[in-house]
Amino acid sequence: MKYFMFVVEDPTAEPYVPEEDNIGAWVEEMTARGVNQKGDRLRPASEAKTVRIRSGETLITDGPFTESREVIAGYDILECADLDEAIEVASKHPMARFGRIEIRPFWIWE
Amino acid sequence: MVSTLIRITGDWSLAEDCTAEAFETALEKWERDGVPRNPGAWLTTVAKNRALDRLRRATNEARKLKEVAIMNELEEPADAEDVTDDRLRLIFTCCHPALPLEARVALTLRTVAGLTTPEIASAFLVPEATMAQRIVRAKRKITNAGIPYRVPPVHLLPERLGGVLSVLYLLFNEGYSASSGTQLVRTDLAGEAIRLTRAVVGLMPDEPEATGLLALMLLQHSRRDARLDPTGELVTLDEQDRSLWDHAAIAEGLSLVTERGGGYQLQAAIAAVHARAMQPESTAWHEVVALYDRLAALSPTPVVALNRAIAIGMAHGFETGLAEIDRVAASGGLGGYYLVAAARADFLRRLGRHDEAAAEYRRALETAPTEPEQRFLVRRLEQVEAG
Amino acid sequence: MEYLMFVVVDPTGEPSDESPEAWVEELDAAGTRLHGDRLRPIEDATTVRVRNGEVIVTDGPFTESKEWIAGYDLLECDSLEEAVAAAAKHPMARAGAVEVRAAWPIDLGDSPESSPAREAAQ
Repeated sequence: MKYFMFVVEDPTAEPYVPEEDNIGAWVEEMTARGVNQKGDRLRPASEAKTVRIRSGETLITDGPFTESREVIAGYDILECADLDEAIEVASKHPMARFGRIEIRPFWIWE
Repeated sequence: MVSTLIRITGDWSLAEDCTAEAFETALEKWERDGVPRNPGAWLTTVAKNRALDRLRRATNEARKLKEVAIMNELEEPADAEDVTDDRLRLIFTCCHPALPLEARVALTLRTVAGLTTPEIASAFLVPEATMAQRIVRAKRKITNAGIPYRVPPVHLLPERLGGVLSVLYLLFNEGYSASSGTQLVRTDLAGEAIRLTRAVVGLMPDEPEATGLLALMLLQHSRRDARLDPTGELVTLDEQDRSLWDHAAIAEGLSLVTERGGGYQLQAAIAAVHARAMQPESTAWHEVVALYDRLAALSPTPVVALNRAIAIGMAHGFETGLAEIDRVAASGGLGGYYLVAAARADFLRRLGRHDEAAAEYRRALETAPTEPEQRFLVRRLEQVEAG
Repeated sequence: MEYLMFVVVDPTGEPSDESPEAWVEELDAAGTRLHGDRLRPIEDATTVRVRNGEVIVTDGPFTESKEWIAGYDLLECDSLEEAVAAAAKHPMARAGAVEVRAAWPIDLGDSPESSPAREAAQ
């Protein structure tokens, strides 16, 4: 099953410990397992552009689509056997500790 | 182009079919709309999308078969007497942490305990349509999110067990508390919770928290015939007719309490101290205090702190108890919780300080959540006002 | 350069039946769109956190908000402006909202100098 993994900053998370940031190891393991299909860090939220067209007028704002303290910092596309595997994969990502992770299933066309 | 598709889809005949389809579509469309600027890219895109669609549909077929199998399990409520692996698979699936807590409870009752949706709705004082939707959404999420239908593997059992136990304890409390709703459903809920907890203990007989929860339930349930007087009014622990306690349940509960303290084990040990006392005066309150000390270290919530304060009052004197209650109330987190005022009122009453007791009973009445509790507080208020 | 585009359900949008198929086909053909998909709604989302060594799994998306991500597309563009222009043509720009963000690959070659976690800490 395919899942979209949102890697998210979370001000209420554990304080960042650089020595325990194992992102390289995570990418290596998950790629070797065939779980991690594609993913990247994203530019900071301040560099996001949100586009809305209202009454024919194009409005482009700086920043993400919603104001929240939790902000998307990266993404990964996972291929997992089931949700438990996706949870396991997410829990090993350093940002599960220093941020939070959302797992969303792809919408399989019917 | 076919080779591109083969690379993407890994399926030779599919690739060939879709290329052919793409050409057919191209001919139709280009006759109508004219040839696009980059016909090669257009063809590849269309063929690729077709192939991917077909692949998805094929994957869906396999998934759908699996889904139907799971849905069948979830649709047919299990036989109440049938304690099998299937039932445990169901319990763990229904209690998966990715489901919202309310949904876990509802789904467990519906599919594992076999209650009807109207019964569950009335047990939780929620409109039937709301409850039905809650259950449907939960089943959908199990399918859509890929929640596996199984007992979790050994390495996940400890963390998943906590979720199952809290759902079962929630069920038990719904049946155990005297909140409004038909008495019959209430008792069945508690009994059902006990049956399900037994099944889990059967799976994990060495897991102290599972046996601890069963012990706690049995010990609390043992008092069910003494908790209400003949007119249906609440009777407190110290005023209950202990001959009405279910001593077989007590014996079994006591046998399950161990020294290995987790949250449920400690709560069961506290209930055990009360169960062993032939009359309220022989309650080993110092033991209760010691157990609350351990429980507070494990689970430092304001409610545990309040219960500990009450135990301290019973063990060391009501003045000491009052001081401890005040200390806990001051540290925050209990704002407006009626049991704080009720506890104060009780100690003041026992000290003969009736005017102060009356004031506290009135404060407790402002926030008492259920009618039986309100009526109880009113009776106490009348007692102290009578002097 | 790669740009991630989020297709967002936004209650302030102007409801429409317009399907994104034409947009998808156009950008696919131009080589601008690498891939993309629809995602299940937030009722099917699960959040994972690790706190004090404990894995905490909860139902729901990473944040409570009226707007939520319904799909994504990965774009290959020469500039943010080009990516924004492509995003603005998506029907959801009108019916909802679209957000565009440049990918920022971590160089895992040498030291883990930068990662989402490190960025968050700064």
